[in-house]
Amino acid sequence: MRLLIALLLAVAAVPALADSNLPPAYWSDRQLPDARQEARAQALMAELRCLVCQGQSIADSDAELAGDMRDLVRRRIAAGERPAAIRSWLIQRYGSWISYRPTAEPAAWPLWLAPFALLLVGGLLLRRRIRLSRG
Amino acid sequence: MSRAVRFAPLALLLVLIAGLVWRLATPADTTVRSKMIGEDLADVRAAAALPGRPGIWVGDPYANPRVINFFGSWCVPCIAEMPLLQELKRQGVGIDGIAVRDRPEEIAAFLKAHGDPYGAIGADPNSNIQMQFGSSGVPETFIIDPHGIVRYQHIGPLEPKDIAVIRDTWAALRK
Repeated sequence: MRLLIALLLAVAAVPALADSNLPPAYWSDRQLPDARQEARAQALMAELRCLVCQGQSIADSDAELAGDMRDLVRRRIAAGERPAAIRSWLIQRYGSWISYRPTAEPAAWPLWLAPFALLLVGGLLLRRRIRLSRG
Repeated sequence: MSRAVRFAPLALLLVLIAGLVWRLATPADTTVRSKMIGEDLADVRAAAALPGRPGIWVGDPYANPRVINFFGSWCVPCIAEMPLLQELKRQGVGIDGIAVRDRPEEIAAFLKAHGDPYGAIGADPNSNIQMQFGSSGVPETFIIDPHGIVRYQHIGPLEPKDIAVIRDTWAALRK
């Protein structure tokens, strides 16, 4: 009986890292009236990493902080700020990690060079094949 | 085909498995460190969160150096660190709070129930102050130097061993 009560209480319990009691920020789940501005905001939000659920973009995440970040992005774009400026404002505070768009930093060089390296390997393999079949 | 080439895929597979096992054994660090350490946040202001209690101006030379603690009445780990913040206050460290996504009456009830270590308390209803600090959750604790520059960040609830670090870092800025 005690166990049952404990289990029932557990069902009703609030998770330890619960969200706040405030409603979502105004622009977190609302589109901007100007369709072009909204499109720019969407494109940027899809490329910003959620700080809470770190595999998702803030466009996809249900975390409260992601909602507040969408609010920030839409407000700033509505105020006429360029998406690149908003992105670099966030990068300045959280590091280039927060942006999904690959940068030109040395850490990302292997990423840019990989396609050429793979093409080269493919070319070499192909050349060998042709030679073998000729011989 | 030479023997080495024949075993290459197997070797590659073993390397892959070793990599996966290593990552499982030592998971990546997912804490988000602020890039604002050493940066000037003197212009950041947070409106008063409670009536009759001042808000926060990070550059306030009369308040700095000080500890700025992000908390929320809805945040359970914040309850655990309240006694430690009070111990810091007892040792003379100036502590101000920023209430993230919170309501005045709920903040008041929280402080009544768990103690009140704060001088000023600023409100951060849409996490904007948090973002300006490069902070990504509650609780987080920052130390601000006399010029309004961030000098230290602690992520997550304070533990007893952190008290001395916070106090000493704060005391070193007090000149």
